[in-house]
Amino acid sequence: MEGLRIIVLAKQVPDTRNVGKDAMKADGTVNRAALPAIFNPEDLNALEIALYIKDQLPGTHITLLTMGPGRAADIIREGFFRGADDGILLSDRAFAGSDTLATSYALSQAIRKMGKYDLIVAGRQAIDGDTAQVGPQVAEKLGLPQVTYVEEIVSIDPGKLTAKRRLERGVETVSAPLPLLITVNGTAPDCRTRNAKLLMKYKHAKTVSEIQTANEDYLHLYNDRPYLNITEWSVSEIETDPAQLGLAGSPTKVKKVDNVVLQAKDSRIIPSNEEGIEELMIELISSHTIG
Amino acid sequence: MNNVFVYCESEEGIVAEVSLELLTKGRKLADELKCKLEAVVIGAHLKGVEQQLFPYGVDVLHLAEDPRLEPYRTLPHASILIDLFKAEKPQVALLGATTTGRDLGPRVSSALHSGLTADCTGLEIGDHEDKKADVTYKNLLYQIRPAFGGNIIATIINPDHRPQMATVREGVMKKEIRDKNFKGRVNRLEVNKMVSPADFVVEIVDRHMEKSKVNVKGAPIIVAGGYGMGSKENFALLYELAEVLGGEVGASRAAVDAGYAGHERQIGQTGITVRPKLYIACGISGQIQHRAGMEESAQIISINTDPEAPINAIADYVITGDVAEIIPKMIKYYKKNTK
Repeated sequence: MEGLRIIVLAKQVPDTRNVGKDAMKADGTVNRAALPAIFNPEDLNALEIALYIKDQLPGTHITLLTMGPGRAADIIREGFFRGADDGILLSDRAFAGSDTLATSYALSQAIRKMGKYDLIVAGRQAIDGDTAQVGPQVAEKLGLPQVTYVEEIVSIDPGKLTAKRRLERGVETVSAPLPLLITVNGTAPDCRTRNAKLLMKYKHAKTVSEIQTANEDYLHLYNDRPYLNITEWSVSEIETDPAQLGLAGSPTKVKKVDNVVLQAKDSRIIPSNEEGIEELMIELISSHTIG
Repeated sequence: MNNVFVYCESEEGIVAEVSLELLTKGRKLADELKCKLEAVVIGAHLKGVEQQLFPYGVDVLHLAEDPRLEPYRTLPHASILIDLFKAEKPQVALLGATTTGRDLGPRVSSALHSGLTADCTGLEIGDHEDKKADVTYKNLLYQIRPAFGGNIIATIINPDHRPQMATVREGVMKKEIRDKNFKGRVNRLEVNKMVSPADFVVEIVDRHMEKSKVNVKGAPIIVAGGYGMGSKENFALLYELAEVLGGEVGASRAAVDAGYAGHERQIGQTGITVRPKLYIACGISGQIQHRAGMEESAQIISINTDPEAPINAIADYVITGDVAEIIPKMIKYYKKNTK
């Protein structure tokens, strides 16, 4: 069986999982600069699924597609280091303020421009929003069936993929025709680590915008080794209806944002010594909270 | 037209808890908006399902019954909902933030070009003034949810597009019967006119619905661990305490992400919501997303080495110290005083 043409959708996100003390400013707003930008965790699971398919079907070609500011090219380099074949950065101020619907519109228009594909793989959700909407919305816009929450590829047959999905109370195995969009759960296998050879090969990979500010000594590299040029598309390179882009194309609006202020409650401080803990347990027992 | 709709999940004729919770909320929203509450059930074994739903104040129940519609598959359910919403133009549409609702909701919102807010922890009706455009929108649905790792709470609105769609997790809204004698109207949908053969291309090969072995949600006492527990091994202490007290072990998202506990134990906005009579938070800092899932616990004990841990602000009892030293003391004095 021939290899598949796979598109992996990935997002660079602020690492909201281990928010340190400097992540909040004195006025209580989020200090985005203090949060490191990372490869969205479930998108790494998605990349692994694509790489797994490539292991099974040599000849498979994996293109990573990401939308974001210029620095999101880091995601594409990271993908190269782990085995992706190609990458496209979709970057334009016109995309700023996009909600999930405007994002999926822009991504789906970029995918249309990319030409033929067999499979689109995305992480279930991104940790900065946790919405899990972009995958299914891209599928709808492209008229593809969707299989969400995939944790394992069971088999790949000509024109058909069978996968195991993780649901709330169990698992479901489904088989679906290609072309298809799947979203991958965090319970799927972790992504393989960077490959040393690929790291050497791609460490200078850059977008056009990045090359403009690169060290002149390296400029010849981008002519000699075409694979080091990361494709960068602005809004003018894809066919779009401006009314569906960015803020204007987003049905949801943020009315207001409240910083989290904890309401103090009358808390009792319990000494952590033997007496303190014994008194607490006696109190909880006598109030029938425990026992 | 322009009513409040709730997509109700059902399996073998039993409507899901989360759907009943949403009907309760939907009824209140419909009262405030002075419109009707309509429910949609799509499945195969729907005989008598109206008896489960009408007591929640459902004015109109749309039933799509066909053997091919159960178990749930994305495309046929989406086609039916899109068709129905195009015809009925709901102003509000609610779905459970379940694996089904979160699979179906975005597909439908994309087709209708309407806004969808995931995992809401609050739904309210309110106005919105757009000063730039000099327009005032009356009676919008405020969709309230934590965002950005729980450091902020966002209120989302959809001023110009309908339906205003939202998903809500199980346990977030309270289920309450409106009137056990309430009677609505049943509208049977013509399934064949709403679906096409292309909607059935995804085949379910196998399905085993394992009952969740752990039942954190139903436990009267929950001993929960956070990232501050430091390791999976340290979680053993929590199991020990939970066992002695007759409770269950829960975990924060950070602890689950770190591999200290399984997903089925995750408490918070993206996990389960619990209201036990006692919640013992061990090494949990208490981000809003976690608190959204446990702050209604009757009593909260926080054990943390950091006296400034945010969770302490909502705790009834605060113990500053090392969990590894405090839990054995709790076990010891519990045993001593209950003998």
